[in-house]
Amino acid sequence: MSDFQIKKSPTVYDAIVVGSGAGGGMAAYVLANAGQKVLLLEAGQYFDPRTDAHQLKWPWESPRRGASTTRPFGDFDASYGGWELEGEPYTKKDKTEFDWFRSRMLGGRTNHWGRISLRMGPEDFKPTDGLTDDWPITYDDIKPFYDKVDRMIGIYGTVEGIRNEPDGIFMPPPKPRLHELFIKKGAEKAGVKVIPGRGAVMTEAIKGNNDRAPCFYCGQCNRGCKVYGDFSASSCLVIPAVNTGNLTVITDAMVREVITNKDGSAKGVSYVNRKDLQEYQVTGKLIILGASACESARILLNSKSSAHPNGLANSSGVVGKYLHDSTGANVSGFLPQLLDRKKYNEDGLGSIHIYSPWWLDNKKLDFPRGYHIEYSGGMRMPSYGFGGGVATMNGMVPDRNGKMKDEGGYGASLKDDYRRLYGTGVGMAGRGTAIAREDNYCEIDPNVVDKYGIPVLRFHYKWAKEEILQAKHMQETFLSIMKEMGAIVTSKIEGPETNYGLLAPGKIIHEVGTIRMGDDPSKSALNKYCQAHDCKNLFVVDAGPFVQQGDKNATWTILALAMRTAEYILSEKKKQNI
Amino acid sequence: MNRRDSIKALGLTALSTTVLVAACKPSGEKEEVVAIEKEAGREQWETDRDAKLKAETFFTKHEMATITILADIIIPKDGVSGSASDAKVPDFIEFIVKDMPEHQLPMRGGLKWLDLHCFNRYEKSFIEASGTEQISIIDEIAYPKKAKPEMQAGVAFFNKMRSLTASGFYTSEMGVKDIGYVGNVPNQWPGIPDDVLKQYGMEGVKV
Repeated sequence: MSDFQIKKSPTVYDAIVVGSGAGGGMAAYVLANAGQKVLLLEAGQYFDPRTDAHQLKWPWESPRRGASTTRPFGDFDASYGGWELEGEPYTKKDKTEFDWFRSRMLGGRTNHWGRISLRMGPEDFKPTDGLTDDWPITYDDIKPFYDKVDRMIGIYGTVEGIRNEPDGIFMPPPKPRLHELFIKKGAEKAGVKVIPGRGAVMTEAIKGNNDRAPCFYCGQCNRGCKVYGDFSASSCLVIPAVNTGNLTVITDAMVREVITNKDGSAKGVSYVNRKDLQEYQVTGKLIILGASACESARILLNSKSSAHPNGLANSSGVVGKYLHDSTGANVSGFLPQLLDRKKYNEDGLGSIHIYSPWWLDNKKLDFPRGYHIEYSGGMRMPSYGFGGGVATMNGMVPDRNGKMKDEGGYGASLKDDYRRLYGTGVGMAGRGTAIAREDNYCEIDPNVVDKYGIPVLRFHYKWAKEEILQAKHMQETFLSIMKEMGAIVTSKIEGPETNYGLLAPGKIIHEVGTIRMGDDPSKSALNKYCQAHDCKNLFVVDAGPFVQQGDKNATWTILALAMRTAEYILSEKKKQNI
Repeated sequence: MNRRDSIKALGLTALSTTVLVAACKPSGEKEEVVAIEKEAGREQWETDRDAKLKAETFFTKHEMATITILADIIIPKDGVSGSASDAKVPDFIEFIVKDMPEHQLPMRGGLKWLDLHCFNRYEKSFIEASGTEQISIIDEIAYPKKAKPEMQAGVAFFNKMRSLTASGFYTSEMGVKDIGYVGNVPNQWPGIPDDVLKQYGMEGVKV
């Protein structure tokens, strides 16, 4: 008898959800609260911010003082994961640069994100420039779900009435910090609009929710919040859903494929347990993928059968295609006006206090679509790398006696420079719309499997002139804001040789579009409810269904779409359509 | 509450996995067994890796003595706070070069360059040189734009040494206090203090 066996569970769940991030968490939450018996499979380990967050730790509590050696966003960051995972490779072809960030933990990548929560606007769903396909839904279709997400999870912001930057149902925003007023003044002179930020942090209590407490302003959302004051899928969706008694969570369950019946309908999921390395199969009436845009595409492409020879939900051949991540470019420097500033606690909250929504008309520009600007600065908690620029900056400004001195140095005078320059830093980062292109894609690499024997993804991605010209515009804008605010730029001035500092795709971690929705089954994988055209009991609830991302961060739209899909599932069940 | 009960209370996240790591002590050459607890909010491989790095030694005694003198030249004691070695910066540097092996060669080679340069000039290693002699050498490598081209290797080493010293000092309890960072506590954010708004003429600026 062979040692190899597949353990099959006799339970038939109403739904099996793959992935516990924003999309999977929301689908599980809605269905479990409606009384459905749901199984949630998460590839990573259990994580509850209440017990596992490194919130309020001091730098000396980390032997590497918060450096990013083992975690890309630093030793206290909440994410178990990164752009490289041991034993889980991905490959690239045709000189592609693409970096794929994966979190392996309950809540997925919602544990470390910036909590910046922007709605996509009417023109993001129906672009007027004809460059990319329309979504099969309009802003008005999704607006009620954005509203519900706002009320349920909590978001701060201000009502501004900007057409393509729709307002939500907002809690009060945090007050600006000193560097943010300098930015506001400088940006206005440079012709750039600055408004209060919009983030998934509770600045006040949510009526009827006793599990979560409002923000206490430590500025550390990326470490996870022990009082659940911000949004992560674990604290706000999965753990409350478990508490209904209707949701079972299995962690360390790395999904291999979706199993289908002879008629092509989905029957269940096969997975390998990361700890015991045994094979398992679970059965459900519905399968809902929320493993992330690329991971869900990988599962579908690996789910081949006689009914679905091209991979599941892929008779159109679009699965994996139209992959796009936000564009990104940065500039940083410091404000000499703030030398020797008064010291006080300005941690604020861990998302943005201010930002610049896209403010220009593309008819007058040499590139389509736009970007928003996120700003940073202030008296932050020191961590590894602290003061690294001081030995250069001290040669750029006069000393206490008004004299210029040589950069570098040591001793008492250098020690004084660290104090004088602390809290003077300022930075800006653009996040823009990348065009969804059929030719930017992920596919199965026929030659490579990961340590579980699952065929891996291979990426093909190229930036085009639209994105490069946008990055050029970002650089010019940032430099002009820096100049108007009297800041000294310390970052490298990026030119055409580096695509104006345009970061490699995947670096912004907003990748979307690989399982796109549409009305035409020959050009899309999913219908407008994120239900597979080819398989009626299969749904996708991550960022795979996006037809075209705006310059807005993807999370709030993932949440709204997933809620809409889950409610559609419930209504279709009622009508006995699925 | 005993340990077992507290682990139960913490629930799923605190599995009491115990991993054995054999740490080889150079002195007695005896194998010591260290038990590692599952740490909340850490993956097991991270905890294991830290324990392994802490059990290893990279710098020799001579190198550590040189690092200590250099760190204290960069950040000496003054009226506000203690020196780099008071804040245990050399221990941090010992750890960080194991954590980030890319520092190892430039640090080891740089220390060697420094000793050789010092020997050629004073026929002494850096730690054996007098304070005045040490400073005369540091002055040649501490100012990148002023340094002579033949000093470039020393400049590159001193830049790294200075960065690591600042990282280590300002992330210590002493350094955080010195720099004036007063956050990392539960509180409210009432906005910029009035006197600060006035100082910068920002009273009228609204977002």
